[in-house]
Amino acid sequence: MHELSIVASIVDSVTETLAEYPGARVKEVRLRVGALASVIEDSLQFCYEIATKDTPLEGSSLVVKVLPVHMHCEKCAKDVEIASLQSFRCPHCGEAVTDMRQGRELEIDSIEIDEVEEKV
Amino acid sequence: MTTRIVQLRQGILKKNDELARDLRGRFEAAGVLVLNLVSSPGTGKTEFLQRTLRELKDSGASAAALVGDLETDNDARRLAASGVPVRQINTHGICHLEAEMISKHLGGWSLGELDYLFIENVGNLVCPSGYDLGEKIRVALLSVTEGEDKPLKYPTLYNSADVAVITKIDIAEAVGFDRESALKNIREIRPGIRIFETSAKTGVGMAEWLAYLAQARPAR
Repeated sequence: MHELSIVASIVDSVTETLAEYPGARVKEVRLRVGALASVIEDSLQFCYEIATKDTPLEGSSLVVKVLPVHMHCEKCAKDVEIASLQSFRCPHCGEAVTDMRQGRELEIDSIEIDEVEEKV
Repeated sequence: MTTRIVQLRQGILKKNDELARDLRGRFEAAGVLVLNLVSSPGTGKTEFLQRTLRELKDSGASAAALVGDLETDNDARRLAASGVPVRQINTHGICHLEAEMISKHLGGWSLGELDYLFIENVGNLVCPSGYDLGEKIRVALLSVTEGEDKPLKYPTLYNSADVAVITKIDIAEAVGFDRESALKNIREIRPGIRIFETSAKTGVGMAEWLAYLAQARPAR
């Protein structure tokens, strides 16, 4: 359960970004999370509600996009998506694969905000 | 009101990753081999490490250890019995070690005089895998009492390991440990990984482990 500290980092980063958009309200925070990133979406959502209270992120929603694990298969000479996390083998040729190209990401992709119109 | 999408594309653990990169640079410059030991609670990390430290000391190598636990300094006291410098890191509820905790606990040690620094992580098979501590080698341990399918249940951690150590091999028979299936499962998650089968109690497998450490150490 380290999701609370992860959510706290998200709140910090988004708050920092918001400094450039005074008065803006956050509607949505979008994450990219690899299937091997060792975070659980339900826990993230649960912590998000608590950790965003009394911050500019309060009331916004958290959208998590899970990225499947992509490994490079030397034999097939291309990146492949493994069929399950219980077997690191190329789904096409069965070769063991060790070179990970995607799957451990833990990133804030973007945020959606409502900006206050500037008065002319 | 206008709606705007702001791209961030920012790693959430960026601060930890940057600090870990700095630490790795410091460790490499000092010529110390740093290992991060991860497993579930009760695998026998402390016992295994205690024997490792004692044997390294006897062989004339210089080693130190940082040990992470939520509370108590029991493990540090156990490890200190091996006669090498040991420091306890209490995380007070945090389920893993972070690079900043490592950095804070290195004060006063001259890394250049160390051959090995072992970091015993908090017993947890999920959270430590996401946190780089600047180590060169991540060691995942599995005891014969835990069930051969544990690597399949926790691929996140076992896939991030550089070497695997099976502990308590002396009681393998008594607990009906299926060796073949355990080795197969570890390799299914981390193909090609080097696996050591050890007992800190009887010393089985320790010679191979120590030979590996000596060879992995940067040349001086």
